[in-house]
Amino acid sequence: MKKIQDILKERILVLDGAMGTMLQRYKFTEEDFRGKRFADWEHPLQGNNDLLSLTQPEAIAEVHRKYFAAGADIVETNTFSGTTIAMADYFMEDLVYELNYESARIAKQVADEFTAKEPHKPRFVAGSIGPTNKTASMSPDVNDPGFRGVTFDELRIAYKQQTEALLDGGVDILLVETIFDTLNAKAALFAIEEVKEERNIDVPIMVSGTITDASGRTLSGQTAEAFLISISHISILSVGFNCALGANQLVPHLEVLAAKTDFGVSAHPNAGLPNAFGEYDETAEQMAEQIKEYVEKSLVNIVGGCCGTTPEHISAIANMVKDYKPRNISLETA
Amino acid sequence: MKDLKPKYLKLSGLEPLVVTPETNFINVGERTNVAGSKKFLRLIKEERFEEALDVARDQVEGGAQIIDINMDDGLIDGKEAMVKFLNLIIAEPDISRVPIMIDSSKWEIIEAGLQVVQGKCVVNSISLKEGEAEFIHHAKLIKRYGAAVIVMAFDEVGQADNYQRRIEIAKRSYDVLVEKVNFAPEDIIFDLNIFPVATGMDEHKLNAIDFIEATAWVKENLPHCSVSGGVSNVSFSFRGNNPVREAMHSVFLYHAIQAGMNMGIVNPTMLEVYDDIPKDLLERVEDVMLNRRDDATERLLDFAETVIGKAKENKVDLSWREEPIQNRITRALVKGIDQYIVEDIEAARQSVDKPIEVIEGHLMTGMNVVGDLFGSGKMFLPQVVKSARVMKKAVAYLLPYIEEEKLRNPQEGDSKNAGKILMATVKGDVHDIGKNIVGVVLACNNYEIVDLGVMVPPEKIIQAAKEHNVDVIGLSGLITPSLDEMVFLAKEMERQNFSVPLLIGGATTSKAHTAVKIDPQYKNAVVYVNDASRAVTVVGDLLKKETGEKYKETIKLDYEEFRKQFLKRTKHKEYLSIEAARKNKYKIDWKTSEIVKPNQLGIQIIEDYDLNKLREFIDWTPFFRSWELHGKYPDILTDEIVGTQATDLFAEAKEMLTKLIDEKLLTAKAVFGLFKANTINDDDIVLETPNGEHTFRTLRQQLKKYAGKPNFSLSDFVAPIETGIEDYMGCFCVSTGFGAEEIAEQYRKDLDDYNSIMVKALADRLAEAFAECLHKEIRTTHWGYASNEALDNEALIKEEYKGIRPAPGYPACPDHLEKPTIWDILKVKETIGVELTDSLAMWPAASVSGYYFGNPEARYFGVGKIKEDQVADFATRKNIELEVALKWLAPNIADD
Repeated sequence: MKKIQDILKERILVLDGAMGTMLQRYKFTEEDFRGKRFADWEHPLQGNNDLLSLTQPEAIAEVHRKYFAAGADIVETNTFSGTTIAMADYFMEDLVYELNYESARIAKQVADEFTAKEPHKPRFVAGSIGPTNKTASMSPDVNDPGFRGVTFDELRIAYKQQTEALLDGGVDILLVETIFDTLNAKAALFAIEEVKEERNIDVPIMVSGTITDASGRTLSGQTAEAFLISISHISILSVGFNCALGANQLVPHLEVLAAKTDFGVSAHPNAGLPNAFGEYDETAEQMAEQIKEYVEKSLVNIVGGCCGTTPEHISAIANMVKDYKPRNISLETA
Repeated sequence: MKDLKPKYLKLSGLEPLVVTPETNFINVGERTNVAGSKKFLRLIKEERFEEALDVARDQVEGGAQIIDINMDDGLIDGKEAMVKFLNLIIAEPDISRVPIMIDSSKWEIIEAGLQVVQGKCVVNSISLKEGEAEFIHHAKLIKRYGAAVIVMAFDEVGQADNYQRRIEIAKRSYDVLVEKVNFAPEDIIFDLNIFPVATGMDEHKLNAIDFIEATAWVKENLPHCSVSGGVSNVSFSFRGNNPVREAMHSVFLYHAIQAGMNMGIVNPTMLEVYDDIPKDLLERVEDVMLNRRDDATERLLDFAETVIGKAKENKVDLSWREEPIQNRITRALVKGIDQYIVEDIEAARQSVDKPIEVIEGHLMTGMNVVGDLFGSGKMFLPQVVKSARVMKKAVAYLLPYIEEEKLRNPQEGDSKNAGKILMATVKGDVHDIGKNIVGVVLACNNYEIVDLGVMVPPEKIIQAAKEHNVDVIGLSGLITPSLDEMVFLAKEMERQNFSVPLLIGGATTSKAHTAVKIDPQYKNAVVYVNDASRAVTVVGDLLKKETGEKYKETIKLDYEEFRKQFLKRTKHKEYLSIEAARKNKYKIDWKTSEIVKPNQLGIQIIEDYDLNKLREFIDWTPFFRSWELHGKYPDILTDEIVGTQATDLFAEAKEMLTKLIDEKLLTAKAVFGLFKANTINDDDIVLETPNGEHTFRTLRQQLKKYAGKPNFSLSDFVAPIETGIEDYMGCFCVSTGFGAEEIAEQYRKDLDDYNSIMVKALADRLAEAFAECLHKEIRTTHWGYASNEALDNEALIKEEYKGIRPAPGYPACPDHLEKPTIWDILKVKETIGVELTDSLAMWPAASVSGYYFGNPEARYFGVGKIKEDQVADFATRKNIELEVALKWLAPNIADD
């Protein structure tokens, strides 16, 4: 199989869209979330989407399949909250390894199906490493700005465990995403570097931050360029932004990245901004039209979707980008 | 070299710092170093972290581009102090915008620091002192933490103190880092040891020149790296003689920077401008630095005795008073200074033929600058309102002259306004802060404002619009019934064949409501304007002669499109019938629910509450929002963009607040009651009050929920009568508005809109604070279900308390119709004098009324849209006509 670093120089790769939006369509009940195995779990489990990899694996595989069929080159594993820190909400810290391993395995299996059918277009799996629900450089207590709800070491250990399980499950790429606090991401990158060293392997890493709002900054206050500088100390496949904003609003920040980095640039925006009812209602065509600006300006190497996007969006995006050349990059293929 | 493309050292705090040849010299602040600053050491030892933060802030404000932090002292726990101080710094965006240099000789302190900073730091420092293995180990970790590093010219043998040793150690360190650790060469910064010169000892003569030459060698031979150092060391032997030290620092830097030193620690106040150094002193200092003569030290010492330290003076800068008249007027307007305006306007008046020319010329030129700055986000609303104050004073001064001129030349027309705009708060509504702000800002832009005030009936608006022949009508409203008034007025304008554009603004209005409900009623332009700065551009576009018509067409189409989209999207909402919604109500387990009997049942009146006690309960965030400064208090005070403005506004608000309180200009009154209560028929709550039995009718959520999520109604929080449990609820009205209108009006008469708006905004905040404060007393004393509660204001603002106090007209009970019930129960009008208008707004405006629910499970929620079956049911329950219910609940009724 061709290396992703090489493919990235040839064409724009397409990442999948939202997992959560697709899972909502199944309208899973508390019982569905629990399945047989967790029927007697003492705590409510509805909403624990990562758990569905164990209790509704067919649904997860189906969503991956739909995205690949829509033209995605890369799908993300269903592991956004797959750390002991995020799983503490459901008292499922002990299941973290299994959740990540199974999610990776399911996605990889579907990817292999597609690669076998279309060897000219190999499919990849990116292990999704979310931000957790704690921040290492902001205080949860406004009266005590020096307090921290989580330490670098706690994050590092949690991320290391997730990374190991994702790799064991067969992911091709690690995707540190939806970074609202750069220090959390730095802990994840630190953990990944440790695993790489211990296993003596190399694995492509994608890093994707989140510009929270019109301030143009991450939640932890960094500008796009400051964020880029803070995570550029290791060799990564791509850096980009996802979530919070629609495709249009991301343009100025992607321009900063495209101008200032030698790594690839990725973007997976939301389907517009949420409307008054908290729903995303930008259509596939509208979104693809906006993403056209990215490719016309040669800003990106990888595009996909975040909240509110569906296989229709990904299909529209994939159709649109196929006629465009990727942004020029000089990646080291270590 | 295999790589010729330049690589720059890139660091980051909240903002980037890229060190390029153009950045010249990066200044590192070092006052936050316990080893270098006695004051800072004392502050840390005594744990006075707030003041320690000020030291850091002063440095950043003083121009430090990186701040060095060092906690190496035998008497403090360096690791703990480093982490604590860094965590505090990170919470201060005005400090943490710059990168941090973590400075320690202990690795554990460095590593602890690296674990708490999100940006790319500099580690200060590592060296080969303890051997290559440890050097590699630390460098590898620094790389993994994502930091740059300062490498000291130090090895196993000792510190480099001559040219040869400096370059040897630098070369060896560089090779190890780049080849063995794969460290990015641009992330390496060498500290090549700056030592004192002119000490009188021969071996120190070469200290400066060796450093400078070694710097040149390193920059030439070790690609991409930087060179740094502590500059003040070089002049150590001249302590106490600042003029000489300042000259020495400048000379040293001049040569070192030329050699390639691009970063360092320099006290900017201890630096003379190289070109300003007197020639004789310069020559002697250069002799010493560059070791040009054997007797250089003696000659400088001799000369030093003749140099007398001179204090640098400070004075208030009034130089702008010397500038031409137009500049003075513009500056007074931009800065909002009214001290000299009359004097300047008089001078301007004498320079022109007709007094009107001062308005059309000088003042408009100045206001255009204000308008441009505001439009481009460089000025903020409170400043603009202050500019308006200066403008009004100037115009008031000119008016008698203009009248006189008119008598002399009656054929001359009035001053040429950009347009006339009618502004009004609609019938039944009393809120006018937003409207006044928009009026002031438009007036600043040369529009004539016809302000009809509050509670203006539609016929009066129509009549005044005709009479004044206005170009635009602007309507404002804050409570939901005002929305219907606006719809009515649009219909009326259509019926009477109006053609002027209609602007819609105010807290409950929205683009959706404007597009869906108002726009279709009126053939001409209807525009939703949500803030003052937009009002200026919108009105400008509407009235532009050439393109105004085109703009109106575009607006019309835009709203039509928006309406279509909106209606399309609202259709697929699913609603439950009211019966089904009731079945899915929120079910409290009444058998186990904790119900506390109030300590004092019945009604109580507070005639004159101490306003001082309300200060601490003020939620300032909405106050800033009313001035269109967006951000959360207190962070907003240090916000990068609006921080300065917010701080100024806050200081003036506090001053006004003190005046209002100390001079007792406002009176705080309240009436509240706690009663036995039970829910009947799911949605009604019956209360037993001293004024008889009363019933509150609540509204229930009807939107279909995900499984397991209930359809809430406030009645769910009170025990149903059939449980046989005696339960309770309360209601209240507070007001701090008595007196506000009069003071605001007085300021307005004195041409001071700024303070007029300020008074109203503060009265509003005090009313909210009073509601919060009284709720606390209810919880802890009068009802007493939370007698041991300990929550600060921040927690109160976040509504972390037990029990709720929803207000009619707000999401949990959007119908205003229950307000008269509260008035009946508490006899609000008779006891404290707060009245209800036709639209059921409270008067005075700075008032809050609502219910108290004490059940621990009570929570805030939004009723959202309801269906007509509930409206009909509500009408029956309340025994009112369906039409009446439809009218009042209109904003909440789902469209399809």
